[in-house]
Amino acid sequence: MEEGRPIFRQLAEQIENQIIDGSLVEGQQVPSINEFAAFHRINPATALKGITLLVDSGVLFKRRGIGMFVAEGARDSLIAARRQTFRDDFIRPLHAEARALGITADELADMIRKDATP
Amino acid sequence: MTSAVEVHHLTKRYGSMNAVDDATFSITENTITGLLGRNGAGKTTLMRLITGQEFATSGTVRLFGATPVENAAVLQHTCFISESQRYPEEFRIKHVLAGAPRFFEHWDAEFAEQLVDEFRLTRKQLIKKLSRGQRSAVGVIVGLASRAPLTIFDEPYLGLDAVARQAFYDHLLADYGKRPRTVILSTHLIDEVSQLLEHALVIDAGRIVIDAPVEELRSHAATVSGPAEAVERFIAGHEVAHRDQLGGLLSATIAHVTEADRDAARAAGLEVGAVSLQQLIVRRAGYSAADAPTMISEGTNS
Repeated sequence: MEEGRPIFRQLAEQIENQIIDGSLVEGQQVPSINEFAAFHRINPATALKGITLLVDSGVLFKRRGIGMFVAEGARDSLIAARRQTFRDDFIRPLHAEARALGITADELADMIRKDATP
Repeated sequence: MTSAVEVHHLTKRYGSMNAVDDATFSITENTITGLLGRNGAGKTTLMRLITGQEFATSGTVRLFGATPVENAAVLQHTCFISESQRYPEEFRIKHVLAGAPRFFEHWDAEFAEQLVDEFRLTRKQLIKKLSRGQRSAVGVIVGLASRAPLTIFDEPYLGLDAVARQAFYDHLLADYGKRPRTVILSTHLIDEVSQLLEHALVIDAGRIVIDAPVEELRSHAATVSGPAEAVERFIAGHEVAHRDQLGGLLSATIAHVTEADRDAARAAGLEVGAVSLQQLIVRRAGYSAADAPTMISEGTNS
């Protein structure tokens, strides 16, 4: 975990990433609060806060007395949410840097296309 | 949530100096709280007052609702690991372990034995022949195995190497996860423990200058940097904890920023950076000025 950013948010993002890349699949049980805390060496209350964030947004759900599981449809809804913020998170900073370097939008588009072909 | 510790207008005066100066705070039961501050800030005095080893000049301390002074019932639930713990001349590690159950109701002998092995000590070693780090390890073992409802570690790691410190932090977290209890960790190594803490109490020149949940401190602090003029425009109206200027570039640390503030700063072309707990405390806690502005978030600790 990196210092300076809320740890609970970083934990939530990491779990989201694992769901998006398929290393955690829908219906699968996620580790317990104490397991997350021990693994990341963070306070269990912080881990709980991160997990609660994902339970509240419907990504995880609780089965009383058993544990926490990845919800059905979690992957699709996470991808949809990430697509929404993709422009702000990636395209805007890319354009800002390109402008500062005098790279036109067309040149930028060319570079992206070239990079995409393996 | 109930409080394990309640401190009300507590002052301890030595001669003309207030080692603890009108401290008021409470510590929520079953949390890990960091008592952070520079050497000589008043951490040890505060802990000695909390555990009834010093008499307050004025003010009150309550542990689990009762006064700690001369109160065996309360002190049975309290374990204070002090960096300057003294033992009788002929004491060996086994004597410390054998005596512990008399002081700590919840003592776990098996856990203590396991920790002795893990810290590479042997039961027959004489305490007075131990190195500084080994003596710290004995303190850590007693503190963890005591399983006391209130466990206080005062700079527990002196002389401990990085491996042993990590073992301490790992055992603390794992055992706390299984058996929640109230832990106060006094330290000036803020970076090392910041992720273990739920709550931070920062003391400077005897005064409590920060009393807030750690995640709140983390999410509210930011460094805003960019052209001086634009930064000045943005920080007007904000409380600035620290500023660094280099020619036309200005970087300011702000203790309270909202998401909207962050967006506004980015929209103005400014860079919004993270502040580590250590940086924030160094900049906030009057590490230079004794009369630095206080930042006490009301009601977050009850």
